[in-house]
Amino acid sequence: MTDSELISAPASDPVRKGRMVVYAIALVIALALAFAPFLFQDVRSGQVAARICIFIVLAASYDLLIGYTGIVSFAHTMFFGMGAYGAAIALKNSGAHWSSVIAGGGLGVLCAAVLAVLIGILSLRVKAIFFAMVTLAAASVMLVLVSQFSDFTGGEDGIVYSSPNLFKPATKLLLGDDGKVLKIMGVSMDGKIAAYYFVFLSCLVLYWFLARIVRSPLGTVLEAIRENEMRAEAIGYRVVAYRTAVFMIAAIVAALAGVVWAVWLKYTGPESTLSFAIMIDILLMVVIGGMGTMVGAVIGATLMSIAQFFLKDLMEAAAGATSFLPLVPNLLNPDRWLLWLGILFILLVYFFPAGIAGTLMKKGAHK
Amino acid sequence: MSDTILRLDDVHTDIAQYQILRGVNLKVPEGGVYVLLGRNGAGKTTTLRTVMGLWRARKGAIVFRHHDITAMHTADIARLGVAYVPENMGIFGGLTVAENMRLASHSGVFDPDRLERIFTLFPAVKTFWDKPAWALSGGQKQMLAISRAIIEPRELILIDEPTKGLAPAIIRAMIDAFSEIARDCTILLVEQNFQFASSLGTGVSVIEDGHIVHSGSMASLVDDAGLQTRLLSLSLDAHQ
Amino acid sequence: MALPAKPADWFDRIGGVNALPVLLMIIALPLVGSTSTWVTLTVAGLAMGMMIFLMASGLSLVFGLMDVLNFGHSAFISFGAFIGASVLAALAAWVGADSAILNFLALFAAIGAATTFGLIAGLFFERVIIKPVYGDHLRQILITIGALIVSEQIVLAIWGGNPVAVPRPAILDGSWIIGDIAIEIYRIFAFFLGLAVFIALKLVLNRTRLGLLIRAGVENREMVEALGFKIERVFVLVFMVGSALAAMGGAMWGGYQGLITGALGGEVMILVFIVVIIGGLGSIEGSLLGALLVGLLGNYVAFIFPKLSLASNMLLMMAILLWRPWGLRPALKR
Repeated sequence: MTDSELISAPASDPVRKGRMVVYAIALVIALALAFAPFLFQDVRSGQVAARICIFIVLAASYDLLIGYTGIVSFAHTMFFGMGAYGAAIALKNSGAHWSSVIAGGGLGVLCAAVLAVLIGILSLRVKAIFFAMVTLAAASVMLVLVSQFSDFTGGEDGIVYSSPNLFKPATKLLLGDDGKVLKIMGVSMDGKIAAYYFVFLSCLVLYWFLARIVRSPLGTVLEAIRENEMRAEAIGYRVVAYRTAVFMIAAIVAALAGVVWAVWLKYTGPESTLSFAIMIDILLMVVIGGMGTMVGAVIGATLMSIAQFFLKDLMEAAAGATSFLPLVPNLLNPDRWLLWLGILFILLVYFFPAGIAGTLMKKGAHK
Repeated sequence: MSDTILRLDDVHTDIAQYQILRGVNLKVPEGGVYVLLGRNGAGKTTTLRTVMGLWRARKGAIVFRHHDITAMHTADIARLGVAYVPENMGIFGGLTVAENMRLASHSGVFDPDRLERIFTLFPAVKTFWDKPAWALSGGQKQMLAISRAIIEPRELILIDEPTKGLAPAIIRAMIDAFSEIARDCTILLVEQNFQFASSLGTGVSVIEDGHIVHSGSMASLVDDAGLQTRLLSLSLDAHQ
Repeated sequence: MALPAKPADWFDRIGGVNALPVLLMIIALPLVGSTSTWVTLTVAGLAMGMMIFLMASGLSLVFGLMDVLNFGHSAFISFGAFIGASVLAALAAWVGADSAILNFLALFAAIGAATTFGLIAGLFFERVIIKPVYGDHLRQILITIGALIVSEQIVLAIWGGNPVAVPRPAILDGSWIIGDIAIEIYRIFAFFLGLAVFIALKLVLNRTRLGLLIRAGVENREMVEALGFKIERVFVLVFMVGSALAAMGGAMWGGYQGLITGALGGEVMILVFIVVIIGGLGSIEGSLLGALLVGLLGNYVAFIFPKLSLASNMLLMMAILLWRPWGLRPALKR
């Protein structure tokens, strides 16, 4: 195919159809999350739904880095953790008030922004590939610091605290005629549902903000930089400044998601916020969903979170069924689910680097 | 007329989404210096890199002697007897002059006659033999780059703008050296400096916007002021 | 590439960046206080540095030559440690024997097994994992991370999640006591093994034709090809050696720790990255310098401010990046 054909070809039907499919899937997910408390009424599903909301934001903000800017950071959970710990420490020490959330969370977000700028200025000016290493080093130091300053952070055990009164299960949000908590479709209008919608709406706002950014002039500049750094520099874009700015924006969004997560979970610890397992999860979500698409984050985060629950059950069954074989049950042990995900991931990067959304939309996210 | 040593048939090369060469047809006759003129961005460097296999032609064929080298590995093209001196000279600054030379000789052992000839052509190479190459001046680096290209017997040497940024005295020395080298091999020279090119070249082609727009003898181009103006007006100013 | 700004004259006169480890030792002496403790810490730091050097040099060369940042490198470290431990456990009789020869045989068998594994796995890794994505940084990083996940899980599947004890050959167990100074013999061995590898690498790089090709390839791959050499063949070789050194370093590190878990590779990898960044990519001198600095600083700080040990290396990295964004001794790039 010649270039002129590529340029002038109108969005052909399969492409448009692919787009429709992707947006339809995203819409279904959004609707399911919007009505999750009514659709899935057990506790575990509620947890999964809230987790999906948070991870959509995390994955989308990470996509802003990796997909739109082409820089790989391993510090995303670090920023996520800074927001979460900020809120958690304040909630623990100065009581379960909104003021604690705002002050502590705000401080955490601020620290995240400052650190992001520092890291960006220090390492983005040399070579993008340094960045991956520097962020990895920074994130692991943060992990060590958190476990060592346990007076403050609770160490490995983390911090348990209460959330603001509004979100307590005993809070009566709406009262029925009989003076008891109103039930709509069998769901009590209590603090739990308030907490879920706090998560849902916060994440919706953050996601909307990210989607706006990639459509703004900034997004266009970022893609120009990603496609050809030298050329962008020649045109006069200050590549380092833009990248640092984007890194900061992504860090702030991740930290805000961390604040929301801390309020929802009423627990903050290394395993729930800072660990590399979560970093890898986010990476997988973005790549599986489709880098550079934003909507891919929605699909990837949902798919991964659901798979995490069901794949483990499936593997448990498979391990049981093959228990007479050597080593095989070991490989099928539910704890080894990352093994299979890793293999899937490698194959995906080889054959479908554009991810689910990118492949469906026939839009190469990155060559 | 002598045989054709290098032939490009309708060569197209893209870099990223840009089409740089859009059907280059070129015949380089054996022996002497053949010059490819053109202004910045016309596709001169891309032509040389495509011949060398450093960029791949999307379409068309490149034939060196009777070998189709279009899809050949760069190293194999080099082993056929094609040398390349890029615009930035490709000197290994962390290596000494001697190591640069040793790398260029396929066996690692020098042919004493060739080495002696190089030392006569470029005394600086001998003077700085054990010095790190990054310490050389621009002109000395250029001499080293060309020495590297001729330490092995070559049939075709591709040279990209060797005069860029060099002092006039060094350019004059280059002219002598190139005439001497061209006695037993062919040089395909990419140039913007018409004076330099015209004092060396026998044949000439002019490339413009990815096409060859003129091919002929250097003598007729030198005599025809009108043709020069038409073909080269834009590229000459910079160097004169 | 423009060289970084000229440092102060006195700094150049004492050897420039090469003197940094010595400067660090001198500064640490009064802070540590006791001379015997200082000697112990310094030996520990040098030994640790040399082991990290083993792991870092391969990564640095692979990056310099092939422009590949291999996150899977830590998998070779883990495998090296576990294979070494398994061989030592299998040769328990030799390990515990009262014969220096049998002790060393067991040790060399362990290191040899790990290194051989590194060579073979490196070949496989380069051909299957990395080759398809040459020249595409983003996919390289992703795919090597994928490979890292898979290999870590394989380590867990084979050796389990519980810590594994690494037997130490009798002759290397224990310390030499000189006055009130105690020096662990294992550390001396680690130091000299690292030094031997460094010298061997230097000799190969500076005295052989292969070394010439590698050094030239680090600077300008394209030109090496235009001179008639297929650099991919050198790639495979360098990758194999780099992986083998990582596995060797892992085996040594495992013996040093005495108790290893599947997280070992990842933990050490952070140090390796820091070393490669501060040393400068593509040069083994840089790797050595960075490794010694990280090893020494880590040990001194662990003694003086125990809580800041890892953070100190991070701060070191930040400081050096501020001072020399390309690292202390980067290879010349085109």
